[in-house]
Amino acid sequence: MQTGLARTGIAALTLAAALIGTPALAAKDELVIGMTQFPSNWHPSMEAMMAKSYVLSMARRPFTAYDPDWRLTCLLCTELPALDKGTAEVETRADGKKGIKVTYTINPKATWGDGTPVTTEDVLFTWTVGKHPQSGYSNFDLFARDIVAIDAKDERTFTIHRDKAVCSYAEINDFEVLPAHLERAVFEADPATYRNRSKYETDTTNPGLWFGPYRIAQVEPGSHVVLEPNPTWWGAKPAFKRVIVKSIENTAALEANLLAGQVDMVPGETGLPLDQVLAFEKRHGSRYNVFYKPGLFFEHVELNLDNPALADVRVRRALLHAIDREAISKQLYDGRQPVAHNEISPLDRVHAPGYPTYAFDPALAGRLLDEAGWSERRAGVRHNAKGERLSLEIMTTAGNRSREVLQQVLQAQWRQAGIEVRIVNEPARVLFGETLEKRRFKSMALFAWISAPENIPRTILHSSMIPTEANNWAGQNYTGYRNPEMDKVLEDLEHVCEPDANRALWAKLQTLYARDLPNLPLFFRADPFILPPWLEGVVPTGHLDSSTLWIETWKAKE
Amino acid sequence: MTRFLASRLLQALVVLLLMSFVITVLMTLMPGDPVDMMLAGNPRATPADAARLKALYGLDKPLLDRYWHWLQAALMGDFGFSRLYAQPVLTILLPRLGNTLLLLGAAMALTLAVALPLGVYAARRPYGWADNAINLFCFAGISVPAFWLALLLILLFAVELQWLPASGLGPVGGEGWWERLPYLVLPVASLTLASIGGYTRYVRAAMMGELRQDYIRTARAKGLGEGRVVWRHALRNATIPIVTIVALEFGALFSGALVTETMFAWPGMGKLIYDSIMGNDLNVALVALLFATLTTLAGNLLADAAYAGLDPRISFKGDGA
Repeated sequence: MQTGLARTGIAALTLAAALIGTPALAAKDELVIGMTQFPSNWHPSMEAMMAKSYVLSMARRPFTAYDPDWRLTCLLCTELPALDKGTAEVETRADGKKGIKVTYTINPKATWGDGTPVTTEDVLFTWTVGKHPQSGYSNFDLFARDIVAIDAKDERTFTIHRDKAVCSYAEINDFEVLPAHLERAVFEADPATYRNRSKYETDTTNPGLWFGPYRIAQVEPGSHVVLEPNPTWWGAKPAFKRVIVKSIENTAALEANLLAGQVDMVPGETGLPLDQVLAFEKRHGSRYNVFYKPGLFFEHVELNLDNPALADVRVRRALLHAIDREAISKQLYDGRQPVAHNEISPLDRVHAPGYPTYAFDPALAGRLLDEAGWSERRAGVRHNAKGERLSLEIMTTAGNRSREVLQQVLQAQWRQAGIEVRIVNEPARVLFGETLEKRRFKSMALFAWISAPENIPRTILHSSMIPTEANNWAGQNYTGYRNPEMDKVLEDLEHVCEPDANRALWAKLQTLYARDLPNLPLFFRADPFILPPWLEGVVPTGHLDSSTLWIETWKAKE
Repeated sequence: MTRFLASRLLQALVVLLLMSFVITVLMTLMPGDPVDMMLAGNPRATPADAARLKALYGLDKPLLDRYWHWLQAALMGDFGFSRLYAQPVLTILLPRLGNTLLLLGAAMALTLAVALPLGVYAARRPYGWADNAINLFCFAGISVPAFWLALLLILLFAVELQWLPASGLGPVGGEGWWERLPYLVLPVASLTLASIGGYTRYVRAAMMGELRQDYIRTARAKGLGEGRVVWRHALRNATIPIVTIVALEFGALFSGALVTETMFAWPGMGKLIYDSIMGNDLNVALVALLFATLTTLAGNLLADAAYAGLDPRISFKGDGA
């Protein structure tokens, strides 16, 4: 009886599955993208989130962005403002301060999805929203302090007056223009609740909110987003009739979906971790195009320089000489993640080689530690003349498998050099929300900084950015690094724009960093992309601006 | 009965009130301020920005003030907005609740449909080869990690055989229940396989106890058919402890099944609660956890009511009789 029941059950399941049919493989005019996150909200300026940025980049365009070659480019404007063209001009404001005015022209073909042209009215309205203290904008600084005034010249041309005459005057990547014809009434009704009542949240599929090659046509919260071509898009015609972005948070399940053909591609921006993709490539690489884009995620060990041992630069240098980063990169990452010798990526235009580097050299590490007074070894651990052990702690985000493995390798290699390192991990929200922010880590923390091309690392290297109770824990100089020379370089970099002088400053910054080693550079993280062989045109950027900003170039091979 | 219900209702209100306060306190004590988390990706944000946003979200007020403000609004039916999703809490919660009810309700029904006959069958032939085989199956089901089982099912039925979809609620644009049905099969199978074991063991143990009772011997002696003895008499009494377990599980219907929902990309309550706690989204976490509390209380109440139906000796009269 039991056997009969089982047979019947299996037969029924098989029959049901057969009747239901197999999931259809995506046609070539449809692209299914699998990601590990789902955008929690849709307003382009409310909260920065990689998954949201990835999706919105298909349906919107910022005025300016960095392209895959890491060069600033115009996406919504016709031309970048420049001093030599007269579209940028240093000015002295009424209070005597030097500022700069920059003029942009909106692409004359730019139109919202409902046919309404994108105009300077939208620009002015966006500024009004952004600088309103109750709007909830997180990049308030740009709108309320950096932009002093905006003059509308005509329907399409406007001039922004910026607070400081900074070298990056042409960049307004975070100025995400809003459709005044849809959002003004909502905002003016009550600015304090605008964040929750914006049409981006209440009417997400309204065509008038979008002006990219695609527009959001359907949202199934937590599950998927469907994008369809936007008929009012002014650029190259997008190739797909439908782009579906699915959210599958579990990486093993995401991989299974890829193999089952229910997901076509997994982007590097918010996809699978590197170690998983390396294993995937070994097993299934022949069926997919797998490639790795080194980018701006700077994996490093943050040091607390208030720790007496780490305050000595010789100890910091020894720590770096004692680890074989090349071997680690080869063993753990198949050589896909390049070793970082500095805070600035070699892919960045402002990278200036010639600074000191720290190759794996255990003998030199030993000599440096001896010089620093950690010369006596007892039970394999170095001690100083006072009998204190060279014992440090290293923290990272608990549950991040890749970092935990790296942490153990570092611990083992430092042990060889006589440095005792204890692992103390915390959940991400504790580590970032409390421990680092309030500088409560005893000695070391392993995590990544993300930046933009040509980004001046003021917040992490300037002495005024050391979080203290007095400044309400503002700033990200968690190391407590103080160097007046570095402060000066960081300040000058903002306004010394003459190319040669600017290049010299960047070179000096990198030399100072390499000399002082406020933190230990490890690797530049590589974003792994898994694409189907029939898809072409995807160009990873390696920085915060998503590859989807150029999605109109993606198409199925003929 | 009315007095009993009124007293249970009063107890439930007190529990909910206490829970809401405890959740608020715990969420507030968690490290990582929601505004700081929001500004983490914006290195240019200043302390003034943080202060402005904290005031905007009411985070600058003392805890008791915030709680009182929330309670007053909640009593008027306004549960506020989610900080993460920028939507009214119920707008986010209700669809997820529906998804979870569908998933866990189907799994519960299937589990009981399989576990009851299996448990009864094993109890009637204890220690035989069939009982041993059922026990082995039960322990396997109990022991297998949920994520591993889910992944195994995905690999077998979605990747290898390509019979069923690996994840999601349904096909894009597909609204009909028949189109969504295949998407339900694997997550339900995963949950069912994991819980059948436990239920079968409960049923078996309860039935074995009942089948040894005098009244069963009497019923058989009176010449009643074996089917009637087992299914009408023994099972009815054996169901009482099962009802308790089902009632306790009822609360889980509203708190979701985090692992299964994550593995099958099924947007349900488990995932929502987890995300709201990790993202410090107090309004969502509060209401979702209160829902779970409420349904656990309701489940217990239903169980008590079911006892009376199953066993007439159980009474709600508080007269000490």
